[in-house]
Amino acid sequence: MAVLTYRDALNQALREELIRDDRVFLMGEEVAQYNGAYKVSKGLLDEFGPMRIVDTPITELGFAGVGIGSAMVGLRPIIEFMTWNFALLAIDQVVNSAAKMLYMSGGQFPMPMVFRGPNGSALQLSAQHSQAWESWLAHIPGLKVVTPATPADAKGLLKSAIRDDNPVVFLEGEMLYNTRGEVPDGEYTIPLGKADLKREGDACTIVAHGKMALLAMQVADTLAKEGIAVDVVDLRTVRPMDVETIAISVRKTNRAVVLEEGWEICGVGAQVVDFIQRECFDDLDSPVLRVHQEDVPMPYAKNLEKAAKPDAAKAIAAVKKVMYLA
Amino acid sequence: MTDAIKREPARPAKNPAATAQVAPREEATPASNNGLPPDDQVALRKELLKSMFLQRRFEERCAEAYALGKIGGFCHLYIGQEAISAGTMSLLRPDDYVVTSYRDHGQAIARGMSPRTVMAELFGRQTGCSGGKGGSMHLFDKSLNFLGGHGIVGSHVPLAAGVGWAIKYRGGDQVCVCFFGEAAVNIGAFHEALNMASLWKLPVVFIIENNRYGMGTAISRATANEDVTTRAAAYKMHGESIDAQDVFAVRDAVGRAIQLARTEKTPTLLEMRTYRFMGHSMSDAASGTYRTKEELEENMKRDPILVLREKMHAAGELPEGDLAKIDEEAKVIAQDAWDYADKSPEPPLSELWEDVVVDTTS
Repeated sequence: MAVLTYRDALNQALREELIRDDRVFLMGEEVAQYNGAYKVSKGLLDEFGPMRIVDTPITELGFAGVGIGSAMVGLRPIIEFMTWNFALLAIDQVVNSAAKMLYMSGGQFPMPMVFRGPNGSALQLSAQHSQAWESWLAHIPGLKVVTPATPADAKGLLKSAIRDDNPVVFLEGEMLYNTRGEVPDGEYTIPLGKADLKREGDACTIVAHGKMALLAMQVADTLAKEGIAVDVVDLRTVRPMDVETIAISVRKTNRAVVLEEGWEICGVGAQVVDFIQRECFDDLDSPVLRVHQEDVPMPYAKNLEKAAKPDAAKAIAAVKKVMYLA
Repeated sequence: MTDAIKREPARPAKNPAATAQVAPREEATPASNNGLPPDDQVALRKELLKSMFLQRRFEERCAEAYALGKIGGFCHLYIGQEAISAGTMSLLRPDDYVVTSYRDHGQAIARGMSPRTVMAELFGRQTGCSGGKGGSMHLFDKSLNFLGGHGIVGSHVPLAAGVGWAIKYRGGDQVCVCFFGEAAVNIGAFHEALNMASLWKLPVVFIIENNRYGMGTAISRATANEDVTTRAAAYKMHGESIDAQDVFAVRDAVGRAIQLARTEKTPTLLEMRTYRFMGHSMSDAASGTYRTKEELEENMKRDPILVLREKMHAAGELPEGDLAKIDEEAKVIAQDAWDYADKSPEPPLSELWEDVVVDTTS
């Protein structure tokens, strides 16, 4: 197995799927000549040409709609948003057109397409460029929402997303592109809707997804040094959510902390907690706690930004609290 | 849709001009030969008249069904605008594509969708073209490349560009026709789509149905430049304005636009100047609030059906008996659609959970 960056793992997935199916094309801002704003599509224009790697004007609503129209007549577009912050301009197309087309046409028009791009905060990009959109998108029936944490997951999940006959929202971590890990060569897919137990323990369950799954693993390693072994359930797919894996873990540990990058109100964690209290009520030894971004727009100043974000200290404190150690 | 319920098949295209060559620009008069031999010209005019009558009688029954509570939700009638759909659809090939807005009944029927399945959809029945899940605003028929029925003003315009992109991607010579109201020319989606369609040379005919009111707001109160064809110039696209109460003027202009799309692979923006004889939707009176009775009556004098009828009369092509027969046939089809819809079952509750996602991969 090769060690690749998350960026190169995504590139490999794109390349393999472009070779596999000539209905697949990539469209977005700067994806072709510029090689991608984050270089995820590096080299693809040279290999596949301008009909399959397509630069667009800065017009998110428009090219999202172009992708949808082309999917209605049998192509399999991958629409790249330079970041999900800009995708808000296209939200009407994602929600009103892509997500609902199959249903409102009585099953006549599936939407085999992927909307992908970086999601979540990076460093000091301030309010308009630092937000995690998964709770908004996961709210919508008809969409699948995927949040890979590692290079291997990025490859396996993106290949599955491209092959899926539904509209898949694929949220890449803006801070994850340079992270490295082992990635299986060639054909490697991960089914959508399956969580991954990334650490095993019996003291507490940490549920996380995307970038926060890495934080959860880091927290697990720190706690292990104190003799506290925790389960880390990486959801990998927020919708559909693998609630079975959450339940199995919580029934074992009897405690849970839910970690997410987004805001608290109506967040992904709220959905996880709702599930746990319904299905694992008698298994719980303490209330489930959530760790998330503070309920403010992201500030610019380094110290304020740090304070706004979920971090290891907040997560460790939450774990200790549900264990009645703090 | 479950396989157990069989949809009504689409009516076969019987228009003799559907695949005919389109003549270069000419006067839009009954003398216009439309590239056809004389016998076929008469047949074509009759088919157009039949199409408009069927749309008209069908929608009159829709209004009645709405009043009786058989149709719910939003229901936007097309009455007064039928020359646009009849003229345009008469020029399309079966493998061409149509994308439209929520005022879609007339276009669906003119494209050849079964009036039965359209009415059943409006009645919310399982036999409806969208299984009763779409309703008036979301008519779809994959077999006819009729790609909806979209409910957000302007949002389907980029979809049409996407269909054009797919045609180009595959190297085909089909065209995509996209209908929307004049109020849509102020929304971003329209501009984004036109820019890409022109930039990438996509075979799309964008048709503005200018009925002069976006819901209750007159174009003069909403649009700084009322000459909406100037929008075409902004995107280096051919643009034209057409008296759309004359079905042959519609055919002439759309025919040339289709030709451009097929051969030059370039898009066109057409403004169809028309008037809707009903309110914006069923909850809106035809006149009295934002437009006067006098204005309405004045415009109804140029009913597209009347315009064609008079021309055919003048040319001696329409004996009185024929007209009554065409009208009667339309009424019978509309009644049959009503009866079919009325006796069709509601969707089973299991359908609630169907078609949210598909469980397939490719």
